Amino acid sequence: MTWTLVIALAVTAYGFKVAGLVLLGGRRLPAVVDRCIALIPAALVAAIIVKDTFGSGQALVIDARAAGIGVAVVAAWRRAPLVAVIVLGAAVTALVRLAG
Amino acid sequence: MTSSPLPDTGTRPPSLLGDPAVRQVISASVTLGVAVGVFAISFGVSSVAAGATVAQTCALSLLVFTGASQFSAVSVLGSGGSAAAAFGGAALLAARNAVYGLAMAPHLGGRLGTRLVAAQLTIDESTAMAVAQDDPRHRRIAFWVTGGSVYLFWNSCTLLGALLGTAVDPVDWGLDAAFPAAFVAILWPLLRQRRAAIAAAVGGVVCLVTIPITPVGVPILCAAVGVLAGVPSREAEPAGGGRP
Repeated sequence: MTWTLVIALAVTAYGFKVAGLVLLGGRRLPAVVDRCIALIPAALVAAIIVKDTFGSGQALVIDARAAGIGVAVVAAWRRAPLVAVIVLGAAVTALVRLAG
Repeated sequence: MTSSPLPDTGTRPPSLLGDPAVRQVISASVTLGVAVGVFAISFGVSSVAAGATVAQTCALSLLVFTGASQFSAVSVLGSGGSAAAAFGGAALLAARNAVYGLAMAPHLGGRLGTRLVAAQLTIDESTAMAVAQDDPRHRRIAFWVTGGSVYLFWNSCTLLGALLGTAVDPVDWGLDAAFPAAFVAILWPLLRQRRAAIAAAVGGVVCLVTIPITPVGVPILCAAVGVLAGVPSREAEPAGGGRP
């Protein structure tokens, strides 16, 4: 992490917020753009989960993290609270690592 | 409850806290703040584990203040990706805040200075809480109280997590999995919408396929192709397409 990246991210994030709220304010985007932007979190968050579960640099691996995230998925499916999902994911990963 | 400036909305009823709707907003946003705090702790831990200093980690939360972007950038850097790749994914995720701004603009009047402060607080939680209100005054209150509460919890808990991250070995405690586990919890409710489920499936598969063949961090950008699930305009979804 460099300070340049911190500042670039800060300027970009605030830029988007100001663009929407202050500069464009109240105008409407074409419906198709609206729909696609609304899907950014789903697409990217899914990708980040995959990367942080199976990725190791440029290699794909199945290790303790897969067990932890598997349990986290089950917990989310069973509507466990956020804290439980996170703690279970971390704890199972740590335990599998310890055992392995 | 926070130092967030409430916009000058003219005549304000004498007993703000006596209004049940306002009390409900305040209690909901504090609950939300605590939940967000848990995320922030895991962000702080992961950020430090990915090589950021405590100061950089706190600066990210104070200045960037949009969780998914921060998580994404730190995650890419942590696995050895370039700054450009880290920036790209984070910027894409930040773009949705512009849409929230567009949605909130008609409801947040006030002077330019007030709006510039409001912009920083325009995030998932404050927008969702605001648009859930029927009354224009409640909308403004919900926006400011939620935004302020989340800002407070997000930043204090980021510091806590960053300090914790320097004190323990994240791998020993499985904290590298806390990160994706938190994202599983975020993603799950989104999957109820059919389009979002398709976008997530495409994003996940594209990422999996591109990990071995592209530089670290780039698969996250490739996954953005999943948003094309929003292109078909047909609103009619088969019955049962959206789970309750």
